[in-house]
Amino acid sequence: MSNPLDPEKLFGKGAPLERLYPLFEATETIVLTPGKVTRGASHVRDALDLKRMMITVVVALVPAILFGIYNIGYQAHWAIEHGAEPLDTWQTQLFQLIGLQLRSDSILSCFTHGLLYYLPVMIVTGAIGGNLEALFAIIRKHEINEGFLVTWMLFPLILPPTIPLWQVGLGIAFAVIIAKEIFGGTGMNILNVALAGRAFLFFAYPAQMSGDKVWIAADTRVDGVSGATALANAAVGGLQALQTGTVTWWDAFLGFIPGSVGETSTLAALLGAVVLIATGVGSWRIMAGVVLGTIFSSGLLNLIGSSTNAFFDVPFWWHMVLGGWAFGMVFMATDPVSAAHSLTGKYVYGFFIGLLVVLIRVVNPAYPEGMMLAILFMNLFAAFIDYWIVQANIKRRAARYAA
Amino acid sequence: MATNMKSTLFDPLFENNPIALQVLGICSALAVTTKMETALVMAAAVTLVTACSNFAVSLLRNMIPSSIRIIVQLTIIASLVIVADQVLKAYVYDISKQLSVFVGLIITNCILMGRAEGFAMQNPPVLSFVDGIGNGLGYSMVLVCVAFIRELLGSGKLLGHSLIPTVNEGGWYQPNGLMVTSAAAFFIIGIFIWALRSWKPYQIESDEA
Repeated sequence: MSNPLDPEKLFGKGAPLERLYPLFEATETIVLTPGKVTRGASHVRDALDLKRMMITVVVALVPAILFGIYNIGYQAHWAIEHGAEPLDTWQTQLFQLIGLQLRSDSILSCFTHGLLYYLPVMIVTGAIGGNLEALFAIIRKHEINEGFLVTWMLFPLILPPTIPLWQVGLGIAFAVIIAKEIFGGTGMNILNVALAGRAFLFFAYPAQMSGDKVWIAADTRVDGVSGATALANAAVGGLQALQTGTVTWWDAFLGFIPGSVGETSTLAALLGAVVLIATGVGSWRIMAGVVLGTIFSSGLLNLIGSSTNAFFDVPFWWHMVLGGWAFGMVFMATDPVSAAHSLTGKYVYGFFIGLLVVLIRVVNPAYPEGMMLAILFMNLFAAFIDYWIVQANIKRRAARYAA
Repeated sequence: MATNMKSTLFDPLFENNPIALQVLGICSALAVTTKMETALVMAAAVTLVTACSNFAVSLLRNMIPSSIRIIVQLTIIASLVIVADQVLKAYVYDISKQLSVFVGLIITNCILMGRAEGFAMQNPPVLSFVDGIGNGLGYSMVLVCVAFIRELLGSGKLLGHSLIPTVNEGGWYQPNGLMVTSAAAFFIIGIFIWALRSWKPYQIESDEA
C-alpha cells in the first residue's frame, strides 16, 4: 500500500507529524474501529472499553440535559409572566429575532430559549477543556483519554444558567489542569473533575454562583417574583416555607424549579440511574449508601429539632428532590475513579455523602446546598475507606487462622 | 571558597528552595501573602533573622553541648525575633499590626531551625550568615511571587495601588474571591513546585517502595 495519505506516513514513528499522533489516534478510534490488537502476552478481553463506558454515562445524562435545557426557558418565561423583566443579553435579542413568544406553556419556545443559554456554555467547556486535554496528551505523548467526554457533559449541567462564559472557561481549565492533569490524567484524579471546577467557581465568584439572582435567566429584581431556589427558601423557613411556597413536592421531583441547569429534575436523574445500574456502569451500592445516609441524618435532625433553625424539620423526601442531591448521587458520587473501590467501602462512602449533605445544608448557615462539598469531601476519604476495609479483612482472617 | 560562597547564596533560590524543595515555612507563606506589602516585610524579617541566627549559632557552634543544642538555638532565634518584632512595631506599625501573630511565629518557622541545625552547626560564621541570607531570599522569592499573584488576581491591586480596576470600583475586572483565601496559596505554591520540577527534574523524589 503506497497510499500517499497513509496516516502511518504522517503520524507514525519518525514521520513528520509524530508529535500530533494523539490527535490522529483519537479521531481514528472515534470514527473507525482500529484493527490494532494487543501484542503482549496478557490482555483483558472485554467489549466494554473506556469509550463505551463513557458513552453509556452520556446516554444516561440525556434526560437531564434535555429537561435542563427546557427548564432554563420555562423558569425564565414563568418569571417574566409573573412580572420579571427579560435579561438584557444577546440571548434575549436573538430569541426575539427568531420570533417566538416568551410563554411558559410552549415547550418549543422554552426549549429554544434554554438552548440559547446551554449551547454556548457547552461549546466553551468543550473547546477549552478539550484543547487542554489534547495539549497534555501531546506533551506527555499518550493517547487522548475519553474521560473528558463525561466531564464535558457534566460541567454545564452543574452551573447556573446565567453563568458568564469566561467563568465557564476558567472553571473547566482549573478542573482539567489542577484536578486531573496534575495527578496524571484520566483515572488518576482524586477529586471528581467537574465538581472540582464548580467548587473553584463557587469560591472564586460567589456572586455568579450562589444567591438568588443567578438561577433564572430573567431579571427578578422586581417585587412579586423570587429568584431564590426552593432549597434557599427551606434554609430560611424550613418545612413550613416548603409547604406554603409555590413549589410543590411534585414540581421539585419533576424539576420545575430554579437551580443549576441539569440538577433540578430528580426524575431525569433517576432515569439516568436506571441506565447506569442496568449497564453496571454506575454503582448501586454507592447510591443506596447515599439514600440511607440522607434518611439517617435528616431523620436524626428531625428528632433533635431546633427552635432557631427551621431547616431541622425538613424530612428526607424533601431533601432528596431539592438542589443537586439526585444529580450528585447518580452522576457524581458514582464516578468510578474518585469513589471508594471495595464493595463494602462503597456503602460506607455513599452513606457518609448522604450524612454530610444534610449536615452541610442544615447545620452550616453559610451554604444552603451541600451536595458538591459532601462529595468532594468524601472523594478525599475514598482511599482511606478502602484501606480500612482491607485492613479489617486482614485482621479478621488472621484471627480466624490464629484460633 | 568563592564559588562555595556563591552557591551557598544562590542555590536556595532554585536549586534547593526552602519552600519548594525542603518544604519548610509553608504556614507563614499561606498566612501573610494576601498582600505584597505584608509579604515583603515578612520576607525581609525572616531573611534578616535567619542570617543573624545562623551567624550567632555558628559562632557558638563549638561551645554548644550537643544535648541542649536545640534549646540554645531556640534561645538565639527567639531573642532575634523579639528584636525584629520591636523594630517593626517602631517603624512600620500598621504592617506590624496586620502581620500580628505571624512575626512572633517566625520563631517556629522551620527554615530558621532547619538552617541553624543543618548548616550553621557545621560551618564557619560568615558562610553561615550567607547561607541564612540565601535561604531567606529563596523564601522571599516564593512569598513575593505568591503575594503578587494573590493581590493582583484577588483584588486587582499591587502594593495597595489599584492596577486593574475592579467591577465594584466601576472597572471591568471581577476579583477572584478564591485568591483571598489561604487555599489559593496552596494552589499557587503547588503550581510553583510543579513548574520548578518540570524545569529541574532531578528535584523529583524517587517513589518510596
